[in-house]
Order: sequence, then C-alpha cells, then structure tokens
Amino acid sequence: MISSHRRILAALATMCLTLALAACGDDNSSDSGSSSTTPASEGKAIASDPANASKGTITVGSKNFTEQFILGEIYAQTLEAQGFKVKRRLNLGSEQVAYKALTGGSIDMYPEYTGTALTSFFGVKTKDVPKDPDAAYEQAKADYAKKGITALARTPFQNTFIIASTKATAEKAGNPKTVSELFSKNPKLSISGFPECRQRQDCLLGLRSVYGFKGKFVSSDGKFNDLDGGQSDLTLAFSTDPQLALTDKYTAYEDDKKFFPPYNISLGITDKTVKTIGPKTVDTLEAVQEGMTEEAMRELNRRVELDKQEPKKVAAAYLKEEGFVE
Amino acid sequence: MTGTLAFLGDFGQAIEFIFKERESVSGGVQIGGIPELAGFAATHMIVSIAALAIAAALAIPLSLWLGHIGRGDFLATATSNVGRAVPSLALLAFFISFIGLGYTNVIAVLVLLAIPPLITNTYVGVRQVDRETVDAARGQGMTGMEIVRRIELPLALPSIFGGLRTSAVNVVATATIAPLANVQTLGEPIITPQTYGFVGQLGAAIVVAVITLTVDFAFARLQRAVTPAGLKLAQPARRRRFSLPTRRRPESA
Amino acid sequence: MNLLPLAQLQIQKPGGADACAASNGFCPDWIAHNIDRYWNPLLEHVYLTVVPVAIGFAISMALAILAHRRRWLTGPILTITGIFFAIPSVAAFFLLQPITGLGYTTAIVALVSYTLLIIFRNITTGLRNVPVETRDAAVGQGLTDRQVLFRVELPMAVPEIMAGLRIATSTTVGLAALAVFAGAGGLGSEILIDKYFKSNVVVAGGLAVLLAAVFDLLILTVQRAITPWQRARG
Repeated sequence: MISSHRRILAALATMCLTLALAACGDDNSSDSGSSSTTPASEGKAIASDPANASKGTITVGSKNFTEQFILGEIYAQTLEAQGFKVKRRLNLGSEQVAYKALTGGSIDMYPEYTGTALTSFFGVKTKDVPKDPDAAYEQAKADYAKKGITALARTPFQNTFIIASTKATAEKAGNPKTVSELFSKNPKLSISGFPECRQRQDCLLGLRSVYGFKGKFVSSDGKFNDLDGGQSDLTLAFSTDPQLALTDKYTAYEDDKKFFPPYNISLGITDKTVKTIGPKTVDTLEAVQEGMTEEAMRELNRRVELDKQEPKKVAAAYLKEEGFVE
Repeated sequence: MTGTLAFLGDFGQAIEFIFKERESVSGGVQIGGIPELAGFAATHMIVSIAALAIAAALAIPLSLWLGHIGRGDFLATATSNVGRAVPSLALLAFFISFIGLGYTNVIAVLVLLAIPPLITNTYVGVRQVDRETVDAARGQGMTGMEIVRRIELPLALPSIFGGLRTSAVNVVATATIAPLANVQTLGEPIITPQTYGFVGQLGAAIVVAVITLTVDFAFARLQRAVTPAGLKLAQPARRRRFSLPTRRRPESA
Repeated sequence: MNLLPLAQLQIQKPGGADACAASNGFCPDWIAHNIDRYWNPLLEHVYLTVVPVAIGFAISMALAILAHRRRWLTGPILTITGIFFAIPSVAAFFLLQPITGLGYTTAIVALVSYTLLIIFRNITTGLRNVPVETRDAAVGQGLTDRQVLFRVELPMAVPEIMAGLRIATSTTVGLAALAVFAGAGGLGSEILIDKYFKSNVVVAGGLAVLLAAVFDLLILTVQRAITPWQRARG
C-alpha cells in the first residue's frame, strides 16, 4: 500500500538526516530541536539483576490520560529491564482513586503531580502552594512521608495548566498575551475543562475569583477537540500537550498572576515497596527521569495523541532512544 | 469486612448528603443538599422524558404498522438484540465527534437506546392479537387503519407499555453518563468523586435508583391499567408474556 | 549527577505523521494497521460478558426452581432483583468499590446483578407457561415432582429461557463497556482512552455489537440443538 511505502521512506529520510546532524552537531545537553540516536553512553544502560525476579510482583499504577499512561509504562518497563515482575494497573481514574489505591496497597507506585498532591491530598489551598517547584516538591515529599509513601525526586518537566484557544479566537480577541488581558478584554468567552474543574478552587472557581473569569464553563475533557469543534472558545490545556507546538493553529496565554501551582511529577512508592526493590532500583527509576524535559514529554505525547501510537511502544522508544535500554 | 461496615455508615451519610449541604472533598465550595440535587434530577428527568417521548413517537407507529402487515419479524428481533448491545459510551463518544456536546447529543443517544424495546414489544404485541378477531373485523368492513386503531392497538397496549417500561428504565439509568457530554444530570456527583466524595456518589445513586424504581412502578401500574379485563383472566398456554402474571383473584379487574 | 547523555529522544516535526489520524478522523488505513490493539480489550470484554451471564444464570435458575415450589417467593425475588436492575450500572461500579475493590470483581458483581431480573423472569415465565394438561399427563404417568420439573417443564421452557439468556447477554455486552469505571478493562476502556478519535470509537463500539451478534447466534444454535422437537422461535 502506498501509505506504508511513504512511511518507510519518511523513516529512512529521518534517520539519514539525524545521522548527518549527529555528525556535525554539538553535544549540548540543553534541549534543542536536533537530536541524535548514537548508542548509549557507558554506564547508562539499565542492567538486569536476576535476584529481582524473586522479589514478588510490583504493581505500577497510573491515572487515566495520555501522559500518565506513558509515564506508567516507562517506570514499569524500567523495572522490567531490571528483572522485576511487573503488573500494570494503568487507567486507574482520577487522583483520588489512584491515591486510595496507593495508600490502600492495591498498587505499589504511581506518578503524581506535586501541585495535585498538595491541593488534593494534603489540604493545601491553591494560593498557599509554593510557587517554586523544588519547594513544592519538598513539601509534598514531607506530607507523603507521613502517609508511608516515598516520593522520588521530581522530574525536570512540569505539566501545568495553560489556557489556550485557536489562533482565530486569539485574533478576534485582540491577540492578548496574558490571561489577565484575555479575560479583561473578553469577558464572555467560554472555557472547557474536565468535569471536576467546575467545583474546584484550584480550577474554575479559582479562575473566577483570582482572574475574574465571567464566562461559561463547558464540562468536557476534549481540550483541543473542543476548540476545533467550536464547543468552547478557550480550553484548559496541559503544558505538555503536543498541540501547543502547532503555533499556527493554537495560541496559549501566560499565567501572569501565577495562579496555577507547580506540577512536577514525583513517583510515589510505598515505603514497603522501596525496601523490596532496594536503593539501586530507586536510583535507576530516578535516572530514567533525566530525559523527561518538557519538550521530550511533548514529543512522547505527540506520538500517542497525534501519531496514535500505543503508550507501551512510545515508552519503549523513549527508553531506547535515551539509551537506557538496548 | 471493614469495608462493608464503613459502607453502612456511609449510607447514613449519603442520605444526609441528599438533604443537607456540605463542603466538597477538595474544599472551598458547598455541595449537596436538596437544591443542587433537585437541579440535577430535573435535568435528568428532562432528558429522559424528552428521549422517551421522541423514541415512542418514532418507534410505536412504525411498529404498529409493521405488525399489522406482518412484515418486520427480522427487524424486531435484530434491533432488539443489537440495540441492547450497543455500548452507550460508544454512542455518546461517537456523537461528541459529530454533534458535539450538550442536550442534543445526550437526547440523541437516549432515543437510540430507547427505540429497540419499543419496536420489539409493539411489533410482538400486535402480532399476538388473535387473528380471528382481526379477520372478523375485516369481514365487517373495517379498513386497515381502523383495524389498527380499534382492534390491534388496544389489544397490544399491555405489550407496548411493557416496552415503554423497559425503555424508560434504560433511559433513566443511562442518563447517568450524560455529564460526559456536558449535561449535568444526577450522574455528575457519580463521576466527579474528588468533589463529591464517595458519600456524594452514594447519595446521587440512591436518588437515581429511587427515581428508576418509581418510573418502573408507574409504568407497571399503567400496564396493568391498560390490560383489558378479559386478557388478564385468560391464560392461554401458548401466549408469550413480557411480565409475570400476577396472582389472580377473580374479582380484581 | 550522571554524565551528559549522548543519546537523546528523537524530536520529530510537530503535528502528526498520519494526517487522518492526527485530525481524529475515520481512517480505514489506520484501522487496518492497528486492529490488533483491540484484541486484548475484546478478550477482556468476552470475559466480562460470559462470566456474569454464567453466574447470573446459575443464581437465577436456583432462585427459579426455589420459587417454582414456593410461589410466594416470586414476588419478593422479583422486587429485589428489580431493585438491583434499577441502580444504574455506572453508579454500581463506583459504589461496590469499598467492598470489592477496584477491578474485575466489582465489575462482575455489578454485571451479575443486572442479569438476575431478566433471566429469573424468563425462566419463571417459561415454567409457568407449560400447559397444565402436559404437566398433569406427566404426573399421571407416575413422575415425581422433581422429575416433572427436570424432564418436562424445564425442557419445555427452553425457548423462553434462551430468549432471556439472549437478552441478558446483549445487555451485558452493552453494560460491560462501562466496566472501565469499576477498574476493569474491556472495549469501553479503549473508547475512553481516545474518545475523540472517530476510528477508535467506531471500531471499539462496532466490535461490541459484533460480539453480541456472535453470542446471540451461539445461544440460538445451542437452543436449536437441545430442542429438536421445536422450531426455535427467533
């Protein structure tokens, strides 16, 4: 079929291009658009330890959206690469369900956002959450420890809420750059967000009180689909959404009042499981996070959401391309 | 099982949730109480009634006619079984892509789900009418329409109401997932547990169950009311029934 | 701190490689290439249908035989199973979680409860519809009550029972799509993973309908096989 020929050619072309770039690119580790696929540097590849196979099955959980599926798979496959038996319980649902599963023991670990943990589990009001990602992480870590959960080091990337619209809407609204500008000039715009947002202080209610948002709320998790389908003028997107890279289609607005708290990922593991898997495994789990920059996450999300690849395969590709797995 | 004991305690809390407001799980806003639940219930009933009415208007006349002319055996059974199997979630998601969010979407989904039992029950109800009665009427010179209106429809009413009963229960139950399409029915507390908590979910579920049972009971009563006395007493061996025969006392009408 | 990694994630062009999929359309090409990702969900859905219907059938049959002897039990059983039926499945999937946890157990308990009313009602109706004369003839031939039940009444009730099984199975296929809210998998889980992707919704929903059709045919075939003396009613 023609499309499969086209894909093979595209893949070959990409490989040639990246090899060429690798030949003359510098190894500046800050994230630029060019990349290389040279094999793993020494010591980075994960080693399998046969002793791990007898340590029981580790259950890895995740919440129910793309990034969570990918992260869950990455951590699960990292453990498998080290020889552990892993059971996956991805698609748990919202954070309350996941947290209950973790504290209740039906899962051993799952990745949670620091801001979410503080506001949803530990009763911190949105405005009281530290704006500094490290401070937020330290506070979450301390609170988690009281519940018998070890919060691993936070990821480099943050996935915070970002208000977005189509470019057409932005132009009609006068091309505002910040959320304050957007709302003050256009009070009647509607915004779509996941159902729980409607009654949350760190979501719609906060937008109304802090930013003076007066428009209608559309309860839907469609995000950019809502924009495309005309269901709403604005949407609460995630900063790692792949569609945000399509700057000729969509516009994002700056959170000038710094309303949204930091949302770095921290893998929460029960203390019992930490003892089981051992410190070397914990180090490895933290090590694979090093490639998780905002740009990298956006690329991984892109592969799932736009290329429609399966999270399992995308996670495997991440580990391979970053050199953690052969 | 501590889970079960806690559940019983939660049950009491859920009843309280229905009647009194409380703070949401995530904090900062009042949820629950009669006004909010009444709002959800009103939305729930509006979409359910609208969907049932539209489905009835579409399915019953068509099936009456098909039953009258004796065609549609396959349609009746095929739609009934296929219709039951279509996942409501798939329909909702499908329509979100084509119709978008909102009342139109939800009502369209509920109509599609309500139609199959109506077709089956109406068709079979008409087919079950004694052929001799129909022939006699035809011999008397009644036209097709008159036969449908004066003979077949009245005799098929118990079956039709049986179908309405099944559809009504299905519709009210399925309206619970309407919040996924931005229509806040009683399903809203059920699918947003971080705001409403388990107690809120339980409270809303209790309200839906009560409404469903009331609807079921009401239609059962209606079904009994439209069953002509003669049919109730007779028990021909080959007659298929759609609800159990109740204990018969000769004096009950 | 590790050394600067030499390997890095390959960032590709923004947008999607497959324009049809990236725009969430209906893409026969994509479906043909990716149909195998629906295999496991389909198997899970089969499990979520067969197990509840089998358990529901066993329980309903036991209850029906019990109520056949003691007619007064019919009312209460109908009422209780009716209450189970009235609780929306989504609600049941959430509410059972404190007792049965998150996962397949919750889904199956809830799904079983929905089959009870349908199957019980049909078995009982089938038994009650056996002509009095046939029953009397059997008793007259010297068969015990138990033998009459198993050798005469139940076989004659098979069409009604099978009709009930067919309805219960189709209903369960549809409801099992919501089992994702109980923490189980199945085709509904696939739908929710990408509910804006038309191809995905159509394939997952279509497979559910196909599954129901297959089950329907299977039950019909069994019915025809075990009642050779009757043309199975469609």
